[in-house]
Amino acid sequence: MSALGLVGGVVQPLLVVAGSPVLVGVMRQVRARLEGRAGAGIGQSWRDLRKLFGKESIAPRGTSEVFRFAPLVLVATTVVVAIVVPFVTTESALDPVADLFAVVALLALGTVALALAGLDTGTAFGGMGASREMTIIALVEPTLLVAIFALSVRVGSTNLAAIVSSTLHDPARVISPVSLLAAVALIIVIVAETGRLPVDNPSTHLELTMVHEAMVLEYAGPDLALVELASAMRLTVFLGLLANLFVPWGIATSASPLALLGGVVAVAVKVTLLGAMLAVGEVFLAKVRLFRVPELVAGSFLLALLAVAASFFLA
Amino acid sequence: MLRLWRKIRGTGRVAEPAPPPPAADRPDAAVGLRGSVQVRHVDAGSCNGCEVEIGSAFGPVYDAERYGARLVASPRHADALMVTGPVTRNMAEPLRRTYDAVPGPKVVVAVGDCARNCGVFAGAYGVAGAVHDVIPVDLEIVGCPPRPEAITEALRKLTGR
Amino acid sequence: MNPTGVGLGVAVAVGVLAAVAAVVAPQRMRTAVVGVGTAACGVAGMAAGICALSGTTFSLSLPSLLPLAGVMVTVDALGGVFLAITGAVAVAAGVYGIGYARQGGNGRLVQAVAPLFVVAMLLVVSAASVGTFLVCWELMALCSLLLVVTEHQRRPHVAEAGRWYAVMTHLGLVAILIGLLVLTANASTDSFPALREAGQHLPPTVAAVVFVLTLAGFGSKAGILPLHAWLPRAHPEAPSHVSALMSAAMVNLGVYGIVRVGLDLLGGGPRWWWLLVLTLGAVSAIYGILQAAMSTDLKRLLGYSTTENMGLVLVGVGAAGMFAAGGDRVLAGLALAAALLHVVNHAAFKTLLFLAAGSVLHGTGSRDLDALGGLRARMPATTAAFGLGALAASALPPGTAFVSEWLLLQALIHGLPASGVATAIAMPLSVAAVALTAGLAVATFVKAFGVGFLARPRSDAAQNATESPATMLAGMGIAGAACVGLALFPTLVLPVIGSVASQVVGSASPALADAVTVRLVGVAGSLSPLMLTIALVVAIVLVIGVLRAVASRRARRAARLWDCGAGPLSARMEYTATSFAEPLQRVFDNVLQPETDVDVTHARESSYLVEAVEYRRRVPDRIERRLYQPILTLIGAWGRAGRRLATGSVHRYLGYGFYTVCGLLILLVVTR
Repeated sequence: MSALGLVGGVVQPLLVVAGSPVLVGVMRQVRARLEGRAGAGIGQSWRDLRKLFGKESIAPRGTSEVFRFAPLVLVATTVVVAIVVPFVTTESALDPVADLFAVVALLALGTVALALAGLDTGTAFGGMGASREMTIIALVEPTLLVAIFALSVRVGSTNLAAIVSSTLHDPARVISPVSLLAAVALIIVIVAETGRLPVDNPSTHLELTMVHEAMVLEYAGPDLALVELASAMRLTVFLGLLANLFVPWGIATSASPLALLGGVVAVAVKVTLLGAMLAVGEVFLAKVRLFRVPELVAGSFLLALLAVAASFFLA
Repeated sequence: MLRLWRKIRGTGRVAEPAPPPPAADRPDAAVGLRGSVQVRHVDAGSCNGCEVEIGSAFGPVYDAERYGARLVASPRHADALMVTGPVTRNMAEPLRRTYDAVPGPKVVVAVGDCARNCGVFAGAYGVAGAVHDVIPVDLEIVGCPPRPEAITEALRKLTGR
Repeated sequence: MNPTGVGLGVAVAVGVLAAVAAVVAPQRMRTAVVGVGTAACGVAGMAAGICALSGTTFSLSLPSLLPLAGVMVTVDALGGVFLAITGAVAVAAGVYGIGYARQGGNGRLVQAVAPLFVVAMLLVVSAASVGTFLVCWELMALCSLLLVVTEHQRRPHVAEAGRWYAVMTHLGLVAILIGLLVLTANASTDSFPALREAGQHLPPTVAAVVFVLTLAGFGSKAGILPLHAWLPRAHPEAPSHVSALMSAAMVNLGVYGIVRVGLDLLGGGPRWWWLLVLTLGAVSAIYGILQAAMSTDLKRLLGYSTTENMGLVLVGVGAAGMFAAGGDRVLAGLALAAALLHVVNHAAFKTLLFLAAGSVLHGTGSRDLDALGGLRARMPATTAAFGLGALAASALPPGTAFVSEWLLLQALIHGLPASGVATAIAMPLSVAAVALTAGLAVATFVKAFGVGFLARPRSDAAQNATESPATMLAGMGIAGAACVGLALFPTLVLPVIGSVASQVVGSASPALADAVTVRLVGVAGSLSPLMLTIALVVAIVLVIGVLRAVASRRARRAARLWDCGAGPLSARMEYTATSFAEPLQRVFDNVLQPETDVDVTHARESSYLVEAVEYRRRVPDRIERRLYQPILTLIGAWGRAGRRLATGSVHRYLGYGFYTVCGLLILLVVTR
């Protein structure tokens, strides 16, 4: 474990925890402005969280430890991912965990915990949300893995740090068809995975159109705060991953304070830009029917497979 | 797509400039909320006039969201209940249950004259009473229906912004 | 004294003794004697396997024990892996069986067969000649068949499952028999070393015939498509500890057979063999998990999941064969190591899952997920066991299958640049197949655990569930400990498995491991499940700590479930397993082709008023319907046609005899 990795392992989770509610705030603000509204300001998500942490927790009758532990697991998996993925520094604090499969599986573990919590309540909405979320993740996971496959073939490793470093050393790769196809596939999958439009509407009030929200209808107070924080963190982590897999420049390669500062600023700017673009895109899109979502994901699966084929035939 | 973009560009900002923050009489329970209030709306038997006005208050023109208020789907996520209409017999128990489902600290806002004192429905056979007969009310909004400005002002009292 | 030989000898002796004891022991002691005997037999078998793995091979030849060929036994490293797995499964199943068999199925015959089944399985992997192998194989098939039909008097389905199993396992035996005899015909004796030598210079067509025939036979035992039809019938109907033995130990022997014959005796072979294996594996994996995702019967779900996992294993075996055929020994070793590790892991979690499912059946009398739910309150230990097994089966960290699937994907990913267009097309598609399987497995096991054990009870049976006796919990505990150990410390197992795999394909060991990290040799790749788990635990503790510091200190308030204010939610409002799987069923509509009928009964007064709506949905096994139904119909028609010949008249039958003899005589005259 190097000094660079160690610093990254401390700075990155702090940055993700502190920055992700701001990212959500920025995205809401962008949407508000495009809709002609004034918006609540980019700090509103933090104010919401601060209030939720101060409220009382509720244990609905008939729920078990699964319901109580799910938010903890959800946050913890995301924190571990934030530690190992190269956001600020090219080296990872826990190199043998910084494997793309491990990261994807960890994020899936968080989703599973939440789905089990939804089922644990035994309400119709909880079951419905869990069922839909599991359907989406069952289709999203293969696409993620195949897209990753396309990126790791030319590097000869699924280690994230290795992929990022190799792109740093060979910038021409970014505009290869492999990268572009994989990037499009990843973007669609990330939209589906983080529950944004057009797959899921994060601000819906109609239970019948909900996916993520339906699973968390029973959470209140600090539990809800954890769930909201985790979903913001997951969005940040996914966008950061997308940014650094394809445009890693600015990431710190040495442990000097200046390089680290540069790394922090670079990743913050990249993620904020991506988030703002996502928010702009959401204004133009309507939510698709749940049963059209598989078509969308299948399309991105095809793109990912094309990327793999391209990585072999164009090599 | 391009047409929508032109529309967005052409419309610009429609939110009216924020009036000065309301003075005083902030409910005690709202102090702990610190700039963020999630609202669950309960229609206890209203004629839907108040609903239309609540809709406008959260629309782009009055934009109650800019003060930190937001409508949510579950009382578990809420800090405030906005109750409209006289409480009908069938809605008295559900209203009590909804109130119980909200985690503390919580506030209840009675929106409109019907919610305050049953309005024109007072004494009707299907009406169980005003909102304060069923659950404790912290804030009342006058009007039949109340203007969106009044609703927004009440929400600002809750958020303190 | 050779410790491997002693272990195997003790295992066989104890097993046979336990079988004898089952016949003579009084009824109330019978299950205990047999359970302890089976477990002891398993311990001895496991010890023999571990000794073989540590390098002590064992050979024995008893020429006079069987007529014609005699008995030859050899325990090498490859056999040792399967010996150890079978033994370990037998330990858990034996201990569990003590409590489980009490409530029925403690008849003399059934109890005597269980330890014999274990002994037969141990001998199959130790056999070193075709004669010995086939005798043990048939013994194993017969024992398992007797165990499957244990409860045939209680449920009519059991007999049907037994018939399917009997027919298919024997057709498989015939295929293996012909295949191995063709191979033996080209060798000096029927011993494996002689076959290995003959395999080197066999004409390609003969070798292909041998391989395809044995693949069909062994594939059917492993539950590979399209010969899987017996598996989802037989596994649910057998007593649960027998299901565990079959699903976690017996199906592995199909894989053993394919590796032994294909890679060892025939020494590899052309690429298309392994492409065939890979394709069959990938298709089985996806089809198996899709059917599992649709299943509402807990044990049927687990049975289909076995097909899925054996499919994944065959993907690894097929990839290993392809790499070996292409000359890339390092990757071949890696792929085979991944396959073998998955066999080990699958054995661990499938034992646990079947034992837990048996405990549910024991406690509630039902295995229908739509009628279960809420078991966590009444059966906490079983719930924990099934949860652990579900985590292990869904290939999520820190679960057991995660490590082996990671290894499999590493082998496939690094295989792409290796060589040839065939690999370039096969590898991405198999990664996609493995990935789709992993995704669907997550959904399947969330369904099984979330619907079956969490939420609120959906029937009186689930409401009044009782926790199982201590011996059953102990059996689950053993399997659970194995799962946890394999999940956290694959570093202990992998080097051993890696060296076995490298011996089979003739390469250097593909994986190294220090205390915490698995590192691949020859290609870049490392993973540390232990570090990952510790990081996860530390993160959870950290989050709890921060939460304590910043969150309100108010006590958690108990409140009623949010029912939209409309009064208590009934169990009928909950999502069931069927409704949980419905979106997935819609997505895979074209593959699954579910049957739905909606019957609307109108009121008598007016057809505008609806009195009742009845909705039925069934997801039949499509391959079974398309492939087996026509054959069964044909056989039925043939039988009916033949009935005209058999009228019951003795004169007629004598006439048949007379004509046949005459015909033969004429034939003789003509040909001579």
